[in-house]
Amino acid sequence: MADATNPIKQFEIHSIAGIPFGDWKFDFTNSSYFMVTSVILVSLLLSLAMSRRALTPGRAQSMVEMLYEFVTAMIRSMAGDAGLKFFPFVFTLFAFILMGNMLGMLPYFPAPGFHGFTFTSHLIITFALAMSVMAVVIGYGVFRHGFKFFSLFFPSGVPWPLYFLLTPIEIISFLSRPVTLGVRLFANMLAGHILLKVFAGFVVMLGSMGAIGIAAAIAPLAMVVALTALELLVAFLQAYVFAVLTCIYLSDALEPGHH
Amino acid sequence: MPAPESHSEYTEETAQTADGAEAAFPPFDPTYFVSQLFWLAISFVVLYAVLSRFVLPRIGSIIEERRDRIADDLDTAAQLKAQVDETRRTYEKSLTNARARAYAVASEAKAVADAEIAEAIRQADADMETRLVESEARICKSRDKALGEVRSIAANAAVMAVEHLVNLEVSEHDAAMAVDSVKG
Repeated sequence: MADATNPIKQFEIHSIAGIPFGDWKFDFTNSSYFMVTSVILVSLLLSLAMSRRALTPGRAQSMVEMLYEFVTAMIRSMAGDAGLKFFPFVFTLFAFILMGNMLGMLPYFPAPGFHGFTFTSHLIITFALAMSVMAVVIGYGVFRHGFKFFSLFFPSGVPWPLYFLLTPIEIISFLSRPVTLGVRLFANMLAGHILLKVFAGFVVMLGSMGAIGIAAAIAPLAMVVALTALELLVAFLQAYVFAVLTCIYLSDALEPGHH
Repeated sequence: MPAPESHSEYTEETAQTADGAEAAFPPFDPTYFVSQLFWLAISFVVLYAVLSRFVLPRIGSIIEERRDRIADDLDTAAQLKAQVDETRRTYEKSLTNARARAYAVASEAKAVADAEIAEAIRQADADMETRLVESEARICKSRDKALGEVRSIAANAAVMAVEHLVNLEVSEHDAAMAVDSVKG
């Protein structure tokens, strides 16, 4: 019973197939399982929806096209037309995180152990995604603009003495980007899932206390229903926020001078 | 409750295999960091490859195709509309022409008819005039004739009156002379 109501248990990672490599563990875990499942599901769903290549799209196809145009419009508005060369990257990020968040909303899933898992609720994953974004930003920025990329830290149109103040601020804000980007997604998913599990735990605890308990359990049950709806929104929203911020950071790589 | 039991067994077992790291908060438990990063990298790279190579170009091409098709259709529609406008303009022009022609024909016919009527009236008037003159002449003749007869009747009457009154034979010629003298 303690396991059933322990709100932290759902975040545990356990190995499914051990792949030790010296001191490192490359084990295939439940987290890996959900990541691989996400990749397969995203690829499969998108391919299946587009399989008919209809000029007049059906329901599934128009959903996929809406998603496509949604991401396109997002990149255009944030980073301009030049940002569209990062479209596959942003779309992959968005789809991967969205699928991960959504899979996490399923309490049971045909997985080893049969319980849901949200790989985006682990800081290491979200931080790695954020770092990959920063790597692309810096990599492309330096490749494209060379040393001029670092004019990012020297905002134009400012009297030069202010650079002593502004440049450290710009550098700190730049360095904090991957942290905030990663932590935002991680914290949202973690907090949401803990909250869900806490209220779900109330339902179980009250339910085991006889007739009055079952009657009283309706309140937390209603709360769980409401929170589930909220979490579905958050799952989408956080994927969207991650993608939007990625676009904004990419616009810096495209035009470091403009701020 | 078989499902939760198997669940708890499972997690206990794994908790033991994870060196009994019960205390660590799972998201900060470094045991599987390498594994997570490794599988994240594989997943992300594979997804990126699949999406950027196959899926996204496919979606893009369909959307592009549709956009082209719609643009084509709009072009065709614009062309057709121009044609319709052209046809209507021609039609309206011919309609105006026809109207003008009909008006001309009608007014011409009216003029002809007017002339004919005027001619007929004139002829009738002239006819009437001649017949009037003729009638007057005949009336005059009749009157003269009548007046002439009145003379001879008066002479006859005078002869008879004289014969009756005085029993005297008067020649008709004398009587006529007398009548004429009386008439003055």
